[in-house]
Amino acid sequence: MHDKDLLVEMQRRMLRIRRLDDRARELNLQGEIAGTIHTSTGQEAACVGATAALRDDDYITGTHRSHGHPIGKGSPVDGLMAELMGKSTGVCKGKGGSMHLADFSVGSLGESGIVGSGVPVAVGAGLSAKIRGTDQVALAFFGDGAAAQGAVHEAMNLAAVWDLPVIFLCENNHWAVTISVCDHSAVPEISQRGPGYAMPGVSVDGNDPVPVYEATLEAVERARAGGGPSIVEALTYRVQEHAQGLPISREYREQAEIDEWLGRDPIDVHGASLVAAGVLTETELSQLVEEVHEEMEAAIEAARAAEDPPPAAAFEDLYADEPDVAVAR
Amino acid sequence: MTAATDTAVETKRLNYLAAIREAQIEEMERDESVILLGEDCEVGVFGTTDKLDEQFGTNRVRTTPVSENGFAGAGIGAAMTGLRPIIDLTIAAFVYVSMDQLVSQAAKNRYMFGGQARIPIVFRAAMLYGGNAGAHHSDRPYPLFMNTPGLKVAVPASPADAKGLLKTAVRDDNPIMFFEDQTLWSQREEVPTSSEFLIPFGQAAVKREGSDVTLVAIAGSVPRALKAAKLLERDGISVEVIDPRTLVPLDWDTILASVEKTGRLVVADPAHLSCSAASEILATVAERAFSSLRVPPLRVTTPDMNVPFAPSMLVGFYPDPDRIAAGVRKVVDHG
Repeated sequence: MHDKDLLVEMQRRMLRIRRLDDRARELNLQGEIAGTIHTSTGQEAACVGATAALRDDDYITGTHRSHGHPIGKGSPVDGLMAELMGKSTGVCKGKGGSMHLADFSVGSLGESGIVGSGVPVAVGAGLSAKIRGTDQVALAFFGDGAAAQGAVHEAMNLAAVWDLPVIFLCENNHWAVTISVCDHSAVPEISQRGPGYAMPGVSVDGNDPVPVYEATLEAVERARAGGGPSIVEALTYRVQEHAQGLPISREYREQAEIDEWLGRDPIDVHGASLVAAGVLTETELSQLVEEVHEEMEAAIEAARAAEDPPPAAAFEDLYADEPDVAVAR
Repeated sequence: MTAATDTAVETKRLNYLAAIREAQIEEMERDESVILLGEDCEVGVFGTTDKLDEQFGTNRVRTTPVSENGFAGAGIGAAMTGLRPIIDLTIAAFVYVSMDQLVSQAAKNRYMFGGQARIPIVFRAAMLYGGNAGAHHSDRPYPLFMNTPGLKVAVPASPADAKGLLKTAVRDDNPIMFFEDQTLWSQREEVPTSSEFLIPFGQAAVKREGSDVTLVAIAGSVPRALKAAKLLERDGISVEVIDPRTLVPLDWDTILASVEKTGRLVVADPAHLSCSAASEILATVAERAFSSLRVPPLRVTTPDMNVPFAPSMLVGFYPDPDRIAAGVRKVVDHG
């Protein structure tokens, strides 16, 4: 069995992701979070299982559905929630929002609202580690939808021909907005593409953090040892709509399919394992939920009390040497 | 004025490509975080990168697959994690293939992430528009990037400027689009040999002083504008030729001061007419120095037309000395 603290921490971080998304949806409806949000609900095991296999100094890049990735990597929820709420105390000082969270202090090099666009950036982080002679690795989260992007192909090929320490972590949630993976990918599992890049590819149960962790750890250890990149695919499911507030006028999937996946909720799956293995009691599990809820409410209250960035702040952070450029303009 | 004209500075005679090669070698020698990625860069098709792999090793000098978007993105990721990549995109039209990474990642990541990212990267692109290469290999795409906040844009028009600006670009902590003009490749001049020869961005060069017309020239238009100015001198028209050298940032002070002096403005720009650098310069001068303008300003550009192949159709297609001189005469004749 894995380290107990690690197993409990995985549950805690999954609960954080769930709670942040649940509260973000409510705050969005109440008008406290502007714009749209894409939640990771039901995909928490993929986020947390993968990041649990990484060191603090390893890198990740995210997607448009990415609230969970920095949480998995260890980013405190205060800065993330403040960012969603558009506050100056947000991780990106209110410039990023839901689709562009980043916390460089924990190796989160940012999400990308352009599908698949962050994957080459992760390859660059892996290239950098190799050139600098460190044993860091980079992990690129991407979805089944992104697997259809040319950027993902180019990134995988480049990482493979240069033997870069990169993990391509596919969260296959089976739906790219309204198109099923069966209809947008010639192979039903993205890991099947591994042989085309001469790299290992494996698919695991993405609704249980432990198999995701184990598969990712194997890929990470191989990458650190100079064995090159891998594809790890977490088979999971998007139980909610693509984005809150996005009106989709036509049914495109069966309720029975959604219900089936809801019956294997990753938080329930891992929680039951922890209790069955004697790692936590039911009471301790409930306490964990309470702690996370309290932590989230404190983050929301802190964000509510924080300043909105003033209009003038929109003109900061464009260039590293702003004064020169501003004067010239 | 460029330092190349300063006799106190030690120089050697280099052409445009050799100056670029020298800038890269000096910066790679100075800073081991500088790396070079690009198609065929170890062999070096245009002669700016060949054999650098032998000098700096194949860890730092890497020939890439034909994946412009992929390796542009890899360069960006490397820049965000401590390296200073030079990305040789070779032909300028290939920037379109890498457009997603240039615009959505390089230009936006620092801003979107609230200043967390530092992205010191240079994208080199050769504009082959003088060589009858047809519409896919003849582009001058720099105006697109003036319209992309977060990038800086350099358009060196001489060997010394190419060296000095490229060295500055490599040391800059921002993503930079560096457009090299093929029509200038064979041009030679004395180039400072100092490894600290740096030309700051946002500092125009007054290539020739004059009193009747301000003629701003971009990239390969600079030597053609100087030829036009000589032709016009015979007719008693005194032309001030300004090369902005970088388009982002752009040295407005020098241009505006010149227009205030001459009261007339012509911009020669090998990009297409609409939304060109010339358009931006005319618009800004109209906004900020309208009262100085004695006559309407004029753009001399490539028409809003794709580039044909046959040499016969290219006569007068790009701004050449005759078209530039005709533009200046029109402005002067206006009053």
